[in-house]
Amino acid sequence: MSLAVDNLRVYYRTLRGDVKALDGVTFGVADREIMGIAGESGCGKTTLGKSLIRLDSRMRVVEGTVTLDGVRMPIEDDRAMNEYRFRDVSIVPQYAMSALNPIRKIGRMISELLTARGVSYDETFPELSRRLALVGLGDAVLDRYPIELSGGMKQRVVMVLSTLLNPSLLIADELTSALDVSTQKAVAEMLVEFRDRGFVKSTIVITHDLSVLYQIADTILVMYAGKLVEKAPAAELTASPKHPYTQLLLASLPEVGVRFAEKRLTGIPGRPPSLLNPPKGCRFRARCPLAFDKCAEEPPFTEVAPGRYAACWKAAA
Amino acid sequence: MLRLDGVTKVFRTGVFGRAAFTAVSDVTFDVEQGEIVSLIGESGSGKTTVGRMILRLTRATAGAVTMDGRDVATLGRTDVRAYYGSVQGIFQDPFSSYNPVFKVDRVLGMIRTNYLPGMSDADWKAKVRGSLEAVGLEPADVLGKYPHQLSGGQLQRLLIARALMLELRFLVADEIISMLDASTRIDVLNLLGDLRARGLGVLFVTHDLALGNYISDRTIILRRGRVVEMGSTRKVFDRPAHPYTQMLLTSVPHLSEKWGAGAVEAPTALDDASDGPLRPIDDDHFVAI
Repeated sequence: MSLAVDNLRVYYRTLRGDVKALDGVTFGVADREIMGIAGESGCGKTTLGKSLIRLDSRMRVVEGTVTLDGVRMPIEDDRAMNEYRFRDVSIVPQYAMSALNPIRKIGRMISELLTARGVSYDETFPELSRRLALVGLGDAVLDRYPIELSGGMKQRVVMVLSTLLNPSLLIADELTSALDVSTQKAVAEMLVEFRDRGFVKSTIVITHDLSVLYQIADTILVMYAGKLVEKAPAAELTASPKHPYTQLLLASLPEVGVRFAEKRLTGIPGRPPSLLNPPKGCRFRARCPLAFDKCAEEPPFTEVAPGRYAACWKAAA
Repeated sequence: MLRLDGVTKVFRTGVFGRAAFTAVSDVTFDVEQGEIVSLIGESGSGKTTVGRMILRLTRATAGAVTMDGRDVATLGRTDVRAYYGSVQGIFQDPFSSYNPVFKVDRVLGMIRTNYLPGMSDADWKAKVRGSLEAVGLEPADVLGKYPHQLSGGQLQRLLIARALMLELRFLVADEIISMLDASTRIDVLNLLGDLRARGLGVLFVTHDLALGNYISDRTIILRRGRVVEMGSTRKVFDRPAHPYTQMLLTSVPHLSEKWGAGAVEAPTALDDASDGPLRPIDDDHFVAI
């Protein structure tokens, strides 16, 4: 197990109290595994991704541990985490296009980053050049400013840069969401390629787009209102979801071929609960068509079938 | 009803505007009453510029946008007001359509001030309630709230409700659901479908092929400002004839079928010099090869 997260709780401090964005999350990611995390906005997926690399000033770890390759990471200590960032854990942020310093040429920026980590740019250069070529970019890109590159090119530069020191864990947050379909496919397939070539050991892909995850992820984890809802191998989760939330979410996605006139899809009525004072019991209860008395008690996230986990009383039965 | 005829938009760029960039090139199509037309293209294809020209936010360099035969660019002051009474636009980011300092009721109130000044309070309340219900909103949930208290889906539906208070005939919907969550975006899309049944014409601007296919009657595929393929949605999606359309369709991630093996050809790699004028290959199916 390359990454183990145990009962992690991360709250946001606000004037009105703590927002319980991540409320007791336990899971593991194996070596060479690409795990997708899916969910709607506000479900805690981005908070989870950030917790693994850098908390922002409003976030507070309340409970829980994160272990990477057998070493417990000091996620609550911003300074101590510096040792792990880039080398062991790396991120491709949501807006990778704006993650590049606009007033530095790409090459100089990479050189500065490597120097800051005590790595020689000249020694790394052959590998950098090889990897840029792999994603279809020439060395010439190092002499350009970010503004001279297209969105897809910048995304690829950031991917090469983030994985340059072969991190154990790569977090890709909404990597493909801002891209056009054709670029989206190329960038998503690049994640698989990087894993296959051993540039990264395990990968967490955070997105709201289940169909992209089905294409590239080995397993998918679905989150709702700060909790884990379901985890399963990608093909099984999309083909036969166990949790009612996953079922309704999948049913609301228009696939090419589905037409309004022939088959009217429906959304999920209602809204996710406020995480300032989340309701007791199952958090999906208020929107769930299958809810019954027992849902007032919180369902455990357990194995309901081999390799399949869900937090639902009905799925367990 | 609404027609674009050879519409072209050239932007001046560079120092002193010496360089020219053609964002939209010779685009011709029309939208009838009770019809949803998808305008599909990647970023930079000019799809938003087309919408902006229909809404008179940008002036066409050549060609004309006409509504019932009248050129919309040359309308006089009173005619403009009447035009906006029947043609409205809704955009991607619902949060930026509201002033965060004011309650959301204000966007509805502005309709009353500008278009329905003589209406009594009781009639106005009934109208507000009716149009909110038509978009599936509970008036008590949204009225009197500030924009930050509502979800993106609620704000977007509120903007549609606002448009419905007018005698709306045509709506430019520019990426209206791309910022919404999966569980609520389909409801906004279904709403467009229901409004079509009431006679509304919609230009549904999107980069998402699955959404365009789900809701629209006709589809226009735009690449670098040119229409490369257009026609009935069924024909364009079932039998795409232009290589660019085919490439887009194979890039769409499906939930039941994996992407085919082999590298994707980047859209730029496709030779667009071979694009000819649009020609019909079937009844209501045109392609530029």
